[in-house]
Amino acid sequence: MNPYVPILAIGAIGFGFAVFSVAIAFITGPKRYNRAKADAYECGIEPSPSAAGGGRFPVKYFLTAMLFIVFDIEIVFLYPWAVTFDQLGLFGLVEMILFIATVFVAYTYVWRRGGLEWD
Amino acid sequence: MLTTPSFEYLLLSPMLIILAAAVIGVLAEAFLDRNHLPVIQLFISVGAILLALIQIYRIKSSSSTSAAIGSVVIDKATIYLQGTILIIGLLALLLISDQEQFVAQASAIPGSREEQESTSKGSIQTEIYPLLSFALAGMMLFTCASDLITLFVALEVFSLPLYLLAGLSRRRRLLSQEAALKYFLLGAYSSAFFLFGAAFLYGISGSVYLVDISSAVSGGYGNDVFVLIGLIFISVGLLFKISAVPFHAWTPDVYQGAPTSVTAFMAAATKVAAFGAILRIFYVVFSPIANQWRPIISVIAIITMVFGSAVAIAQRDVKRMLAYSSIAHAGFILTAVLALNKSGLSAALFYLTTYGLSTLAAFGIITLIRDATGEVTDLNKWAGLGKKSPLIAGSFAFLLLSFAGIPLTSGFIGKFAIFSAAYETGNIAVVVFGVLSSALAAFFYIRVILLMFVAQSQNDSISIAIPSVKSRIAIGATTAATVILGLFPSLLLNITQSFSIFIK
Repeated sequence: MNPYVPILAIGAIGFGFAVFSVAIAFITGPKRYNRAKADAYECGIEPSPSAAGGGRFPVKYFLTAMLFIVFDIEIVFLYPWAVTFDQLGLFGLVEMILFIATVFVAYTYVWRRGGLEWD
Repeated sequence: MLTTPSFEYLLLSPMLIILAAAVIGVLAEAFLDRNHLPVIQLFISVGAILLALIQIYRIKSSSSTSAAIGSVVIDKATIYLQGTILIIGLLALLLISDQEQFVAQASAIPGSREEQESTSKGSIQTEIYPLLSFALAGMMLFTCASDLITLFVALEVFSLPLYLLAGLSRRRRLLSQEAALKYFLLGAYSSAFFLFGAAFLYGISGSVYLVDISSAVSGGYGNDVFVLIGLIFISVGLLFKISAVPFHAWTPDVYQGAPTSVTAFMAAATKVAAFGAILRIFYVVFSPIANQWRPIISVIAIITMVFGSAVAIAQRDVKRMLAYSSIAHAGFILTAVLALNKSGLSAALFYLTTYGLSTLAAFGIITLIRDATGEVTDLNKWAGLGKKSPLIAGSFAFLLLSFAGIPLTSGFIGKFAIFSAAYETGNIAVVVFGVLSSALAAFFYIRVILLMFVAQSQNDSISIAIPSVKSRIAIGATTAATVILGLFPSLLLNITQSFSIFIK
């Protein structure tokens, strides 16, 4: 079979699912219009005219997102390593320990400097 | 079946040492007493740079293409460039460690009570030391990366700390933060161009390794439009970093807004690193299709030289003036890239070193000229500086003469070497424009010298700060290097000639 056929099939299914979801929500969902519907996001912080407390957004959200990226990247490397663990042997283990230790340096920094304190 | 990759740790050790110092610096930030941190951090950074320099010396005659499974090439040029970056980093570190220029607490709103409190408490952001180490390591990797992924990672590793450092000026906070934001947004934009080009080159050659791309370019794909698209987009990303026109717009704002010692580091070390990568890519990968790109890069070199020199004339701020001068210098060094021969490479290495050292000295001196509100960068207020401090004004005048390329300075030797290398390959037009814009540039350098020595002082508010020992060493050493390499250029020319070898 042509290898592009499954790709096209996946594409078609994805497209169909998107169209189906939007259409079914449009048909069955209740329609109540209010001011919040006009916002960029219907939940979270008021983006305008200015954020609470003098126009500054709390950095806490940003820090959490950054920490997520740190661990996100870690898993990107951990997964292929787990798959090839037996082939890479001791070398892979040592490299991975070094890598994780470095990742945790970033985590330790955030923790010690108070980045995890919410209030 | 996977084979375990092998690394030549000795050859990678200079970079590994600096990276380790950066990581240890972050750990020190997390655990150690904040009162002792400035000294500890300075010790870690200086110690690491010295160790790395020793390692560079030990591997000075090595070469290898497999130091990190083909992703890193250690050759003569790499070793020279890494050594230069480390020396510039060391001297810049001495300037940076006078922390008085840096903000007490970077997260405080400019002008807020919180900021005043942290300033009066005397707290400082010692994170600048690990940031500087990360930037240094990225720059070193950038000069030796031999695949597109490593090249991109190195580009980001040295750029991100610089974006951050640019925003940490203690005075004129808003200008500094604006500089950081502009630098970050435009830098991210140019990185996207770089990646776009890398994708095309990968598409045509099926490999990210420069050696494979090089054989694809010389083996029949040379005229392929995708190679040219890849070449152009990768060049945009790299030319942005050296601030060649028309990708220069960030330079004056960032140089002006950043703390002056960071500007010194940025101006000197980024140029060395970025030109290291440009030289490698054009000499190793794209030299077979030089006919395709030479006209484009020639035009860029010419407009960079002429534009930088012409616009510098209109500047009323010393840091902006030096920023435009650095744009013009990028054009001069691009001329050496066009030469594509060994003397061009040697000339570029010489120019990068001498320009880097002179730039460090010039920005170092700017940190000393102050009034009640901090550094004075308004040129009008520099009038009559020669009477106040003949030594400082004299040194600055000498550095400007070196930038202008007046004989008996290192700048002259560098320009001469570059233009003669370009002349050898018959690039007459670029040489003519180069010499003309040098003459144009000399005009505004000499105007500043006249201003300092001949013009009457308008006010007496400015003063010369007494430099600390560290600043004295940095400014003294770099100024001395400009003098010595002007009088005895063969000291360095012999080295650059024997180190101007790229291997694939």
